[in-house]
Parts: sequence; structure tokens; C-alpha cells
Amino acid sequence: MTADSLDSRKPYQIAVIGGGVVGCAVLRAFALAGARAILLERGPDILCGASKGNSALLHTGYDAPADSLELACVRAGYDEYLAVRERLNLPLIETSAMMIAWTEAERARLPELLARAEANGVAGVVALEAEEVRRRVPMIASGVKSAILIPGEHVIDPWSAPLAYALQAIANGAALERNCEVVGGAFEDELWRLRTSRGMVSAEVVVNCAGLFGDIVDAIARPPPFRIAPRKGQFVVFDKSAAALVDTVILPVPSESTKGVLIAPTAFGNVLVGPTAEDQDDREKAAVDTATLKMLVARAAEIIPRLAGHPITAIYGGLRPATQFKDYQIEVLPDRQWITVAGIRSTGLTGALGIGALVRRLYEKSFAGLKDIANPLWTPVPNLAETRPRPYQQGGSGEIVCHCEWVTLGEIEAAFEGPLPATSFGGLKRRTRCMMGRCQGFYCSWRIAQLAAGRLPPPLATGAAA
Amino acid sequence: MSRHDAIIVGGGPAGLSCARVLREAGVKDIVVLEREPEAGGVPRHCHHPGFGFSQFYWPYSGPAYARRLRLDAKGADLRTVATVIALRPGGEIEVATPRGLETMSGRSVLLATGIRESPRAARLTSGDRPPWGVLTTGALQQHLHMTAIQPCRRPVIVGSESVAFSALLTLRRAGIRPVAMIEEEDRITAPRLGGMIARLAFGVSVLTGTRLVAIHGDAVVEAVEIERDGQRQRLACDAVIMTGRFVPEAALLRASHLELDKGSGGPVIDQHWRCSDPVYFAAGNLLRPIETSGVVGREGEAAGRAMAAALAGQLDAPARRVPVKTSPPLRYVTPQVIAIPGDRPDGLLFRGRVDRPVRGMLRLLRNGEEVWHRKIHALPERRIHLPGGHVSLDGIESLEVRLDPS
Repeated sequence: MTADSLDSRKPYQIAVIGGGVVGCAVLRAFALAGARAILLERGPDILCGASKGNSALLHTGYDAPADSLELACVRAGYDEYLAVRERLNLPLIETSAMMIAWTEAERARLPELLARAEANGVAGVVALEAEEVRRRVPMIASGVKSAILIPGEHVIDPWSAPLAYALQAIANGAALERNCEVVGGAFEDELWRLRTSRGMVSAEVVVNCAGLFGDIVDAIARPPPFRIAPRKGQFVVFDKSAAALVDTVILPVPSESTKGVLIAPTAFGNVLVGPTAEDQDDREKAAVDTATLKMLVARAAEIIPRLAGHPITAIYGGLRPATQFKDYQIEVLPDRQWITVAGIRSTGLTGALGIGALVRRLYEKSFAGLKDIANPLWTPVPNLAETRPRPYQQGGSGEIVCHCEWVTLGEIEAAFEGPLPATSFGGLKRRTRCMMGRCQGFYCSWRIAQLAAGRLPPPLATGAAA
Repeated sequence: MSRHDAIIVGGGPAGLSCARVLREAGVKDIVVLEREPEAGGVPRHCHHPGFGFSQFYWPYSGPAYARRLRLDAKGADLRTVATVIALRPGGEIEVATPRGLETMSGRSVLLATGIRESPRAARLTSGDRPPWGVLTTGALQQHLHMTAIQPCRRPVIVGSESVAFSALLTLRRAGIRPVAMIEEEDRITAPRLGGMIARLAFGVSVLTGTRLVAIHGDAVVEAVEIERDGQRQRLACDAVIMTGRFVPEAALLRASHLELDKGSGGPVIDQHWRCSDPVYFAAGNLLRPIETSGVVGREGEAAGRAMAAALAGQLDAPARRVPVKTSPPLRYVTPQVIAIPGDRPDGLLFRGRVDRPVRGMLRLLRNGEEVWHRKIHALPERRIHLPGGHVSLDGIESLEVRLDPS
């Protein structure tokens, strides 16, 4: 342990547990408010849990329950994303979304959904006739009954956004520790002493953003009033050539239990189909299975027939930290100096910045006033989206190493630098997109392994890096 | 924008062979664009004999063959780490180099971007997705050839096409002994000799009729689950090598204006190796999965002769394109169209593949009348040849290649 060991540090004002998108946004909110804050992440990198796999949408909140915390956070998060994204170099792919009714029963539900969107204050949501749907999405299958258009639904980069939040928090004074699992804690003399896998961390207030482990972490403070019920979603990503077939998000009419399988462009120029909604006990594994993936491909081809037989680039699974409740579980325990942020099921990517602002307000109400720092530092992240300039186009970043995603040598080198370098192959992939393309490493994995030697743990536990 | 007589996209066996032929034909301004730091293509990483035989009648090793191709192509302007990112009508192409983007224009352009294996994602394989340890033969061979990093110690090899035995040879050279080789079908896909070699020379058991059910492992591969005779079984391993199921590296093509053949996964070409935009030619394994390096080299040479003829004004622009009709069990036949007017190259050869094992009569029909037939026993991933040199192109209305199962 270095001189900067966790035990020797003076108490933090705030300790955030969990480095998913929500934890990163909460850390940022406190850093920009001048608080002394630290984030503790159990995994080798941020975004190792629920935030690892999602559908990468920026939601308007058109379908959120009225007066819900989710609606408030999604609306606020949406606005703040738009306000900060240029300064953080984050993309916005203005896809809009279309919810399509394929049956009379589904058509009958659209007015209610339209009214919900209006009541939620989401602008511009309108009904579309089948003909208009076909004009906007010429490749759509026949049989559309009608649809509603949600112009504000967009697509973003699900990895760069939380990375940018974390980096801005660090640049403005926050600490972030990875491989640092909170295993217990004691609350004495108005101070939390958190036991972690790397030593003790003291903090006045703890914010539980532990995602899939939300109830387990909450049990440090109290018997948790909710139970995390992981819900798996599987996805299939089509090759970039599919982007010519569909440039908007296509949503099904939701059922009571799930929003259903959608088709969406990605920030990286692909098209994805998913997610499924499968309840499971395991909080970490999001295994995929052939039958379900085939079903997703078939579903995509029912909606966009030209996707049948289209090359597939990637498959993945993600876990949503659902609870027995529909709404977000955000609560302050003033006596315990604890804030719970749990049950952020599927809108966390959008809601995160709104949750950060909300948690800050709750902190100020219950504990202490904070003041925005003057002239915060902004930390633009490398752009990975096809809609903004990328290094291979601009030059000066070395040769292209990953040929499918056009990732340059300079981008890979940069991912090993800075205050939050990649510490695993997964983290390197998320920071650069290398090996994420159609060949999945056929051409470049040797080069990536060579560049990673000495910087990442060798791929084999036995250690074989030369 | 720089202008050139010939631009060759891809510096593998097809591209370099084309460059040599163009140079021999007196074409002066030839640019070869290779995105890797070194030209030579896939053979560079295959340290075993069996390359270029049908081109040079010598059993080169992969690297030696690649070296010979590079030497022979001297005189062409070979540019490495130059990635073509877009093809535009009329031979205008966009290239990314470490300096950024530039546009070049070719009076004729060869597409020779080759082939790759289908990775796990494209196969929709069940299980966990460790970020490391599931790789293709190509990735394995590059690891062992280019780096000192051993990507695995106890891999399982999935598939039994010829390339699986190439993987086996590579592993043996690196002192790595696979746990097993598994094949879903009841017989291995490569010629039977391969299975014998695997068993006798390498002591590796080849499990036919065995399906990969799932991959297990979080950070790295820990095991695979397989199914054999209805029984499921867990095999401990530290890597899964997905071999074969080749697909043309056709991303550029898909994003372009050029016509694509869904059956082959490559461009639609005519008998002169021309794509639907006749400035563009195509050769090698981009045309379809998969031929040996020597055959690919020969195709590059033939395409080079056609390009030289086009540059010399000796190749008419196609006024009409007669499609070569095919149907299952044939997956595809190349060339897919016959350009009229156009010569009938003496060596015109239709090549095809089946989608399942078939015994039957292979027929060539011209204007609905049979002009050639032969009894064949066709297996997946084995080439089928039909000589087309005797087919008269005068008054041709239709052409069909058919395989009638017996």
C-alpha cells in the first residue's frame, strides 16, 4: 500500500458506493458542489455491472409513471445531458423514436400512451398514420396499424458518458478507487467507517449507488426495504451496413411487465435489437443463449425484413437492478447519514445526471449546504461516435489498429493514460471500441495484446506476457 | 486528389499477384493499399507448408510465399497502414492514413480485401462473454507469429475445416496441446486425412457429432459445455478457437454502390472480374469463402490481365449483363453475370459451393438447353468447378448452373 493508502486519509464528506453510471454522476454532482467526495467501486473498472450493457437511449420520460421519481430524474437528466454534452465531447444521435402498433389491440392503447406523454410534459409527441410511418421508415414491414412519434428520444454513447462524468469529478477534486469493495461498515460518532477490500474509508455521509448489489450494501445501514431482482436483457448488434435500413428507434407498444424489444441505431453506426426481460438470481453473470439471440434476430427481421440474414457484429447481455417496486428507490436516512439510490432499472443512463442533482439537493436538505465551485474544469472525452469527428479522419493519431471500428494507435495509447486508465481488456474495449467490431479481434487482437503487455494484467492468470 | 492507372485495395496473395501482372503488362502507375504494417496477407502468419502451390508449383510456407509475392510486386507503389474506408462511383476511393483522410482516383481499381473467420458473436454461441480467450484461428496465428504472448495453453478447437488443422499445426509449433477438436457434423469438413493427422501426429481427439453448447468464464475462458450423443459434458479449457466459417471481408463493398451476391457474400462479378461498376474489379477470397492461396493468387493474376486490357482500351464496356442463374443446393456460382459484348476467356471457369452434402448431376444450361453436365458428389466447403470455355456468348439470353440431386 502506498503512502496515499485509504486508511490514512482524513474523512470524506461523502463516500459513493458503486461506479456505475449513477455513481459516476452522483460523484460529479458533489465534486462540482465542492464537496470532498470519494467513489468506491468493487470491480476492476467503472461500468462493470448494470451499466455495462443497455440500449444506449436518451429517454424523454414519455412513458414514465406520473409523479414518479423516475420521471423527475429522467427529465432533469435529459436536459442536463443536452446542456453539458458539448463541453464533455459527448455525442447525440438525433434519431427520434416511433412506437408502432401492429395489432388493433395495440392501436387501441396508443391514445392512452399519447396522453401520458403529454401529461409528462414531453413535447412534440404526435400520432402517425401507417402511411407516414412508411414514409419515414421505408424498410418497415407491412402491417403497421398506426404509431406515435416521440421526437425527443435519442441515442447516446453509453460508455463515454459515464466515463466523462467520472473524469470531470476527478478533475474537480473527487477521488475514485477501483478494485475497492465495501464489505461492511460501522456508524459511530456521526462518522461512517467503511471496511473495504483495500482498507478503511471514513466518510460523513454514504451514498449507496451499488446497483445490482443495492440491497446488500443497504443492509450495512438498515434492513433494506427492497430486494434487488436482477432482470437480464440480451441484445444482438447488426453490422454497420444495417444503419442504411433504419435510422430511428422503433419501439413496441409496451406490456405491463416490460417495455419490450426495440430496434435502435447505435452511436457507433450499428443497429441493435433487444432487450429481453429475463428474471434471474445471479447478480453478475449476463450469459447469452443461442435460442434467445435467434429469436431477437427473427423479431428484428419481422419489423425490418431486410435485416433477415444481415451480418451480426456482436451479442451481449446486461442486467437491470430491478426491485419489487416500479419506481426508483431514492431515500435519505438522516439519522444514519445515509442516502440510498437503488432500483434504477432501465433508465439510469438518462436519469443519472438528474439523480446526481437530486441527491445533492437531498444532501443539502438533510446534512449541509454546498456551493457550486467557480470555474469547474471540463474534461472532454475521446469521441467514439460516428456522428462527430474521429481521430482516424483528422490524422496525427497514428495508424488504424482496429480495422473494423477504425480505432487508431493514439486512441489505444491514450486509454492507458490519465486519471482513470483502462485496467482490463473490457475497460479498454469500452474506452476505444477496439475489438468490438465485426471481426471481434481476428485482425487486431494480437496488436492489442502487444500494446496492452505490461499495462493490463496478462490475459492468462498464469501470466504469459513477454 | 491523386490519380492512378491502377489502385489495388488489399496487399494479400490476390492483390500482390495482380500488381505483378499489371507491372509485367507495362502499367506504370500502380498503387497497392494495405492496411496492415506489412503486405502479404493471411499467409504471413501461417508457419507451415502448403501455400502458393497452384501458382508457383513450389510448397512454400506461408511467410515464404508472402515474401515471394512482395518481391514479385516490386515496382508497384506499396503503401502500408493505408486503410480504404469508402468506395465511390467511377473509381474514387477514400483512404485513411496516419496523416488523415485523402481521396484517390483509379482508372481501374481491384478489390482484394480477402476473408476472415466468423467470430463467436456471429455464430450466436451461448454462454458467458469473457473479454478474452474466445478467438479465431487468424487471431491465434497472429498472436503466436507477431508477439511473444501465448494466448492460451489448453484450448478447445471448434470446427474441422482445413483451417482447423492449420490452427493445430500452429499450436503444435508453439508447444500448446489442445484439449480437443470438436465438429458438429458426423464427419470432419476437411479431407479425411486431416482427422488421422490430428489423432496420430498430435494426439488430439477429434470429436465429431459434437456440439458446442456454451462457453463458461468471467474474465477468461474456464470451460466449454459440449453435447455428444445426447450427453452434456464440461471440458475445462482456457480458450476456445473458433475456426473456419469464413466470410468475405466485404464491409467496404456493403457500404458502397457495388452489387453484392448474398449467396457468396462477395461482389457480383462478370467473366472479366468486373463488378457492377466496371471501373472496379475483384479477385481472391473477397469473392467467396474460401480458396487456397495459390488459387487466389491465380485469380489476382487473371484480374490483373483484365485490368491491363481495360487500361489499354481492349475491354468493351458491358452493354448487357446476363445473370448466371443458380438455385439451392448451390449457394452461389462465380462469375454471377456474363457481360455482353465480352470475350469468352478460354479459361472461363464457373466456381460454386453447395450448402449441404449432395450427390447429383451438375448441369450448365444455355438459353434453357443443357450444354454440359457431370455427375458429382459435392460437400460443403469444397469447390465445384464447371468449365465454361466452350459456351458461345453469341445470342446468349440466359445461363443457368443447376445441381439436381439424384
